[in-house]
Amino acid sequence: MAATLPANPFPKDNKMEIAAQGGGQTPRKRVLPWADAAFSFLAHLAAWVTLALLAGIIISLVIGAWPAIMEYGLSFLWRSEWDPVENKYGGLVMIYGTLATSFIALLIAVPVSFGIALFLTELAPGWLRRPLGVAIELLAAVPSIVYGMWGLLVFGPILATFVQQPLQGLVGDLPVLGALVSGAPVGIGILSAGIILAIMVIPFIASVMRDVFETTPALLKESAYGLGSTTWEVVWKVVLPYTKSGVIGAIMLGLGRALGETMAVTFVIGNFNQLNSLSLFEAANSITSALANEFAEASPGLHQASLIYLGLVLFFITFCVLALSKLLLSRLKRNEGSRT
Amino acid sequence: MSFATLSAAKMAQHRHRKRINVLALVLSLSAMAFGLFWLAWILFETLRLGLGGMALAVFTEMTPPPLASTGGLANAIFGSMLMVSLATALGTPIGVMAGVYLAEYGQTTWLGRVTQFISDILLSAPSIVIGLFVYSAVVAHLRSYSAFAGILALALIVIPVVIRTTENMLSLIPNALREAAYALGTPKWKVISSVTLKAARAGVITGILLALARIAGETAPLLFTALSNQFWSADLSGPMASLPVTIFKFAMSPYENWRDLAWAGVLIITMGVLALNILARVLFRNKY
Repeated sequence: MAATLPANPFPKDNKMEIAAQGGGQTPRKRVLPWADAAFSFLAHLAAWVTLALLAGIIISLVIGAWPAIMEYGLSFLWRSEWDPVENKYGGLVMIYGTLATSFIALLIAVPVSFGIALFLTELAPGWLRRPLGVAIELLAAVPSIVYGMWGLLVFGPILATFVQQPLQGLVGDLPVLGALVSGAPVGIGILSAGIILAIMVIPFIASVMRDVFETTPALLKESAYGLGSTTWEVVWKVVLPYTKSGVIGAIMLGLGRALGETMAVTFVIGNFNQLNSLSLFEAANSITSALANEFAEASPGLHQASLIYLGLVLFFITFCVLALSKLLLSRLKRNEGSRT
Repeated sequence: MSFATLSAAKMAQHRHRKRINVLALVLSLSAMAFGLFWLAWILFETLRLGLGGMALAVFTEMTPPPLASTGGLANAIFGSMLMVSLATALGTPIGVMAGVYLAEYGQTTWLGRVTQFISDILLSAPSIVIGLFVYSAVVAHLRSYSAFAGILALALIVIPVVIRTTENMLSLIPNALREAAYALGTPKWKVISSVTLKAARAGVITGILLALARIAGETAPLLFTALSNQFWSADLSGPMASLPVTIFKFAMSPYENWRDLAWAGVLIITMGVLALNILARVLFRNKY
């Protein structure tokens, strides 16, 4: 028997042969011919459901926003008027708030995350790496509503007392800088929202950067160390160039998170729909916080459609940012395969 | 002479490089301390203010009107647990099956690649947009806010989380295991369900726990789907209170008793979510 098996080039026939021979003993009922097809169908169905989800989101948002799209077209993006009483809407204030808070968040989060990733991959002793990495990841797991409440009731007042008021005393009379820090010291506004967003996205960026740094082949790093490079030179001139696209991908991922974050921003941005000062400490609004605050009470019609239009704009921006992030990260993964 | 100046120049350069290195490493250390500082501060304040508002009544009494002397979060806690568990039950099978598809069927097909791409984007997509979607697709048509819509919104957030971990865990299973099973004549569905999925069980459960932790703290998708409710309700077709939405409402209010309850709620949610995360990690580490 063993001699005849290799001679048979068709494994399928083999199986049938064996099944035919052992037909007497095998409990036949356990072979379900339709089970394979059914299981495969379910798996395919689940994959299609995911795709349908994306299509559903886009289609339903476009349908919901249609009255506002017809009314304003693209000019919605640069109209700054938001007046439910007069029934006139424009998204500039919210779009500006979303972009400004995310920009501040990245400004703080990128260098800090880079430092953390560097510390976790090159500096920390082995026994410390895991607990510290877990601590940073736990920071990412804290629900955003906790950040929001902490930001409004704990952090905001501290920021106003110890940062804004001294700054006002220092540069309050200067033309441009004075405008940046004007406003009542209550601790809400674009800067506090940006700082809280930064705290929220640091763990995301740092943990992806750490994973990305770890893909650098040890051979490359050891060669650089062997030539006498310092740790900093290895990271700056070997690890960073090697992982460039992954690092940008990590930053984009953080940006995507920051743009779409709702609760943390809603608590501290102040929900104020006018853009009449440059101040970082003046109440403003973001797309997500406008949706969270107004949508449930919005009257059906143009008001609701305009809010959905804002949601559509937000989804479009985050989709592009996240898609870019994914492409950059997967490029690193592909390169890794070819170089090692 | 020239040798001496050369080495002096080299030494100067060496010292310069060393200084930059030390500076960079000190900055890196302080970045790490900066990150941990926020975690410690937030946890400390949550504990301090949360324990201040904590009482047995939090778990036994309904959400109070403003300025009342008693009251708790019982209906909100119940609503959260009900919606979160039903949403996980609804989203997990779809997520696991889609993960199975990605790891076992569609690695090279266009459907597999596109699904993986889309699910990774949905993983980080703004959750408030999911809420908008469920609002326009369900709430607007039924003309009423309902717990069912809230469950649906949360389930949609569960799916990409579970897909990601299931696919990752399945792709860690060595191919030799699959080949051994096939060689015994096992049909594909049996190989997946009793060999690879079983081997990846701990990882898949980790993913489900992480998904639970994620939606337990989600507020945005519930704001205009499940809305909120001042009373105890187990009716899935009506508005239902949830812990995050109640915290949002109470924290933004000027009433002292509402704020205290909000801090107690924040403590409950933070502890629950951190416990789920730590449990997920412990479970996963014990297995691998």
